[in-house]
Amino acid sequence: MPLGTLQFTIDGITVQTQEGQSLIAACDAAGLYIPRLCYHPDLRPAGNCRVCTCRIDGHQAAACVTPVRDGMVVENDTPQLNADRLALIEMMFVEGNHPCPYCVASGDCELQALGYRLGMTAPVYPFFWPRHEIDASHPDIFLDRERCIACSRCIEASRMPDGKSVFSYEGRGIAMHLHVDGWGGLGATQMAAIDKAAHVCPVACIVIRRDGYRIPNGQRRFDKTPIGTDIEARRKAPPS
Amino acid sequence: MTRPRLATCSLTGCFGCHMSLLDIDERLLDLADLVELDRSPFDDKKRFDRPVDIGFIEGGCSNTHNVHVLRQFRTHCRTLVSVGACALYGGVPAMRNVVTLRACLEEAYQNGPTVTCGGHIPDDPELPLLLDRVYPAHDIVRIDHFLPGCPPSADAIWETLRALLTGQAPDLPYPLLKYE
Repeated sequence: MPLGTLQFTIDGITVQTQEGQSLIAACDAAGLYIPRLCYHPDLRPAGNCRVCTCRIDGHQAAACVTPVRDGMVVENDTPQLNADRLALIEMMFVEGNHPCPYCVASGDCELQALGYRLGMTAPVYPFFWPRHEIDASHPDIFLDRERCIACSRCIEASRMPDGKSVFSYEGRGIAMHLHVDGWGGLGATQMAAIDKAAHVCPVACIVIRRDGYRIPNGQRRFDKTPIGTDIEARRKAPPS
Repeated sequence: MTRPRLATCSLTGCFGCHMSLLDIDERLLDLADLVELDRSPFDDKKRFDRPVDIGFIEGGCSNTHNVHVLRQFRTHCRTLVSVGACALYGGVPAMRNVVTLRACLEEAYQNGPTVTCGGHIPDDPELPLLLDRVYPAHDIVRIDHFLPGCPPSADAIWETLRALLTGQAPDLPYPLLKYE
């Protein structure tokens, strides 16, 4: 093996990668999908949602914030881990308002797509029915906080690629919500529809106006193929 | 041998799930051979008078009458299936869950932009009392299986019925599992 190369196994499959990679990035490159929600390949990982939690050398840890180590043994696609992930997804469904039938992101929503992939038929926890004000002050962007799952992607994107710091969190615990850095709402900020922050939302919290139904229902990203199919397509056929 | 009995009801829903059931087209003939329709809007039978094998619940619970019907279904049906977005989480009627019932009624009957001559909130004793929120069916009674969709496609309904009638747990393939 060349210097800096290391090797680990995930679900019994051996993966070779470079030192300094996160587990999730190494697996993505190898074509092995670990379910995730807050992780975005262009942004600094936050480890918020815990959907990518794997069993690593016997301990549970989020794959997006765990660096690869030589010889580590990872379990990913196990009934227990997938059941835990499903519980997390269900909790996110009941904590906000996620009415798929009349949501603009349906078919393109990563929360919904994970529900499909993990086989959720219905969230069975009690619904919270939170009430949040809609922010329609921006001419090109619509902000619906009832959909927010607190992934922090927009916060990271607004800070780093955009250099604007439009978003942050306000409050703590269950009261924590997305805060906009401007007295007059989103319309009073420097936010623009071409910003990275406007395009990383996994749900329909940040929506570009006049764009929602450009791609009709039934032809969207996750309508035909499960989330993660693109990553799994990278996997080279194992030597026979 | 008697055929399994099927009962259906539409609580606070739009009958879209029932329309989708009719949308199984010529398979309706197969269904008629496979099951015996019991209490259902299709045959207008209003009461249970014998045990039923499968109960299809469309719609959420927004009033006391819905709760009463749903409990009757639980009492008389061996297997209860929650069908469609309204039964699963309230659906469109649950849009009122983010405001209080009073605010909702006042907007509809007194203060709304289409109210012209100072209407009053209906309070006839014949009307079932509205609940504070629209509740999913599984908040009221135990539900055995869930079939999402708004409405679930005819294929998804057929697949679920086929599974239940052959004694299997419904497990929809990816293209049929839809929340919309």
